Amino acid sequence: MTSDNNVELRVRALESLLLEKGLVEAPAIDEIIDLFENRLGPQNGGKVVVRAWTDPAFKARLLANATEAIVEMGYDAVQGEDMVVVENTPEIHNVVVCTLCSCFPWATLGLPPVWYKSAPYRARAASDPRGVLVEFGTEISDEAQVRVWDSNAELRYMVLPERPAGTGAMNEDELLALVTRDSMIGVTRAQNP
Amino acid sequence: MNGIHDMGGVHGYGPIDREEDEPVFHHAWEGKALALARVGLAGGHFNLDEFRHAMERIAPVQYLSISYYERWLEGTLMMLDAKGVVSAEEFQTRLDELSKSSGGGA
Repeated sequence: MTSDNNVELRVRALESLLLEKGLVEAPAIDEIIDLFENRLGPQNGGKVVVRAWTDPAFKARLLANATEAIVEMGYDAVQGEDMVVVENTPEIHNVVVCTLCSCFPWATLGLPPVWYKSAPYRARAASDPRGVLVEFGTEISDEAQVRVWDSNAELRYMVLPERPAGTGAMNEDELLALVTRDSMIGVTRAQNP
Repeated sequence: MNGIHDMGGVHGYGPIDREEDEPVFHHAWEGKALALARVGLAGGHFNLDEFRHAMERIAPVQYLSISYYERWLEGTLMMLDAKGVVSAEEFQTRLDELSKSSGGGA
């Protein structure tokens, strides 16, 4: 049951049965794959972050009610989940995990990377977040507080990274290039220009 | 309910393995497995909590040894069987047929 060949065949068997029973049509399967492969992803979250960096009224709405503010930008919840956005500051560094499985803000970041779903991250983000951050090359001062947010099916967290210094004159596209997926999970900071 | 899935704070899993420029899916079947789970959910055959609970009931050794989207596939199969949509026997029969026609690779 563990070889790729076998699992590929198992998927094909289930697909053929669902098609045969008329429970789904082939184009609908392709449509779902296209949604997750091409349309959802951190490019959406990046636009939310850049807007928050450049539009204080939007940022206030985002931190007060992320679900509504994200829908306002055209990114609907995929599973009816609520979103909470937590802001990183020099004093507070937020990190997101899902210790039980893989809950992730699909609307803004798409599907999670393999490491986010892996046992080492799920185990240690909760018990040793500073150690995990060091592994990602992120140094947090002893004075700063680290907050870990454990996601669940109904509530998904995204981090609003700090806007890097020296970016005051940058336009939105330039800023967007600094916002990485990992910075919106909180394991890294936004890139410096 | 605790179990193998409840990983917060567990020791001994080692360093975090990361991949640069990771693709959304590593194999075409992974996207299909996700899509078929969503078909089951969207069709109202089972809900998200039932699906998650099914994956949490995968035996611990199997849970740790199979990949993420294999867990999705197994969870979907468990739920479709439980709800009488695709029985385990029906699935096995189809798998055997496909296996034979593809040269018995399974």
